[in-house]
Amino acid sequence: MLCQNCKTQTATIHLTEITNGHRVETHLCQACAQKQGLAIQTQIPLNELLSTLLSVPPEAAGTPESPQDQKACPRCGMTLQRFSKETLLGCPQDYDVFEKNLLPLILRTQNDRSEHCGKVPATAGQAQEKQLRLAQLRRKLEEAVRREQYETAARLRDEIRKLQ
Amino acid sequence: MNLSDLSKQPSPWLQESGPASEVVISSRIRLARNLAGYEFKPCLTPSRQQEILETLKSALLSVPSPEPLFFIDIEGVSALERELLAERYLISLPHARGEGPRGVVIAQNENFSAMINEEDHLRMQVFAAGQQLEKCFEQISQVDNHLETKVQFAFHPRYGYLTACPTNLGTGIRVSVMLHLPGLKMTGQTEKFFNAARDCNLAVRGLFGEGSEAVGDFYQLSNQVTLGVTEQEIVQNFSRNIVPKIIEYEQAARQRLFEENPEAVEDKIHRSLAILRSARLISSQEALILLSHVRLGIHTGRIPDIPISKVNELFLHIQPAHLQMQAGRALSPDHRDILRARIIRTALCAN
Repeated sequence: MLCQNCKTQTATIHLTEITNGHRVETHLCQACAQKQGLAIQTQIPLNELLSTLLSVPPEAAGTPESPQDQKACPRCGMTLQRFSKETLLGCPQDYDVFEKNLLPLILRTQNDRSEHCGKVPATAGQAQEKQLRLAQLRRKLEEAVRREQYETAARLRDEIRKLQ
Repeated sequence: MNLSDLSKQPSPWLQESGPASEVVISSRIRLARNLAGYEFKPCLTPSRQQEILETLKSALLSVPSPEPLFFIDIEGVSALERELLAERYLISLPHARGEGPRGVVIAQNENFSAMINEEDHLRMQVFAAGQQLEKCFEQISQVDNHLETKVQFAFHPRYGYLTACPTNLGTGIRVSVMLHLPGLKMTGQTEKFFNAARDCNLAVRGLFGEGSEAVGDFYQLSNQVTLGVTEQEIVQNFSRNIVPKIIEYEQAARQRLFEENPEAVEDKIHRSLAILRSARLISSQEALILLSHVRLGIHTGRIPDIPISKVNELFLHIQPAHLQMQAGRALSPDHRDILRARIIRTALCAN
């Protein structure tokens, strides 16, 4: 489909507007959409993303002041409602207290990842280091299988078995 | 460290032009950390903030460093001095304009700075000229390792290093390169560059000016994903895949410009230099656009008599806080335009 404005480029942005029950479709190329101020934002502002992800918890949709929102962290007093406005958490414990609500947000902003596999503090202890090393290897294994690199995958599988 | 002296000198680390500096102005790696056992910023009382400030200050000052380290109490310096530090990228604007006990530790040559009580308890960064991300990473890792012998950072078995905002979770690493892309701009390919960056989960920002509007073809490119990948993967993906590709495209665009319409590009370059050498009033926006053309002229051999360090220096010195520190008083925007024009004229005519 060609852009209905310049009629030369391929239309990649399709907008459907419904005003008073009347439906209007617009098909534009990137350049024309941008000229009309319709280009997609390259980054969704974090607070916008937060309010969409947090304000309507899947099971408790409805009133903005649902019990979910008002649950406070026993350590710092942070609530989800406050977090969705300020975008900052109140203490390390919030990650566990609000885990159910934070996880979708973490997955969304971290490219579907939710397990750390980078540096581990020297003080974290061997057990934790081993857990992290395993998570890292499993992720590499998945990647190798996805890319059909079976020799690498076999080597990673052996490494995982040895560690376990 | 005397802050008013800073306003007269360039950032020492940017004096030498690093690898690939035609396209990559500088590299930066930042780590975000929080002390275990303390609340994050929104829930800290001033006295707890003061405790964090003392703890991290003494830990940071004990870091073995070839450069002398200085501590600056942000509440103890003037608003103008805070803005000066922000213009030099030593602190962020929110840190400059924030509230409560907070500080920064800076290395003499300004290639390292560590903000205490910014959005996270500790935000430290290492800079280098040109594309030297792996060197930056090595240096910041050494600092981080040393700090971990002195303090305990908040760490979660699943999520890694915990940060006040979940977007920094895991490694807490932000890898960025400051890019000069006049070729892509003049050949109308910046949109393509933005889209490619977005597809790779990278953030693009204008290097100067507020918001995302880039002034003068300068961009900052940084990673957005901090969790589920190792620090090394993020750094190497930048230094071995992403940055070399951008350099290649930008160089190809420049070559095309000079092959297809050399007069038009040369006219732009020399006209820009002429305006900078003669203007009596100049806004920072206009100056940045013209300096961008001059920078392109220097790197493509069209302006042989001006060293690139002079242009890099001007980028700093023409900003509002630098101008006012040099003048020794607050200046209205009109007076800044006059002083800015004079500084540029002096710098570019002396050759």
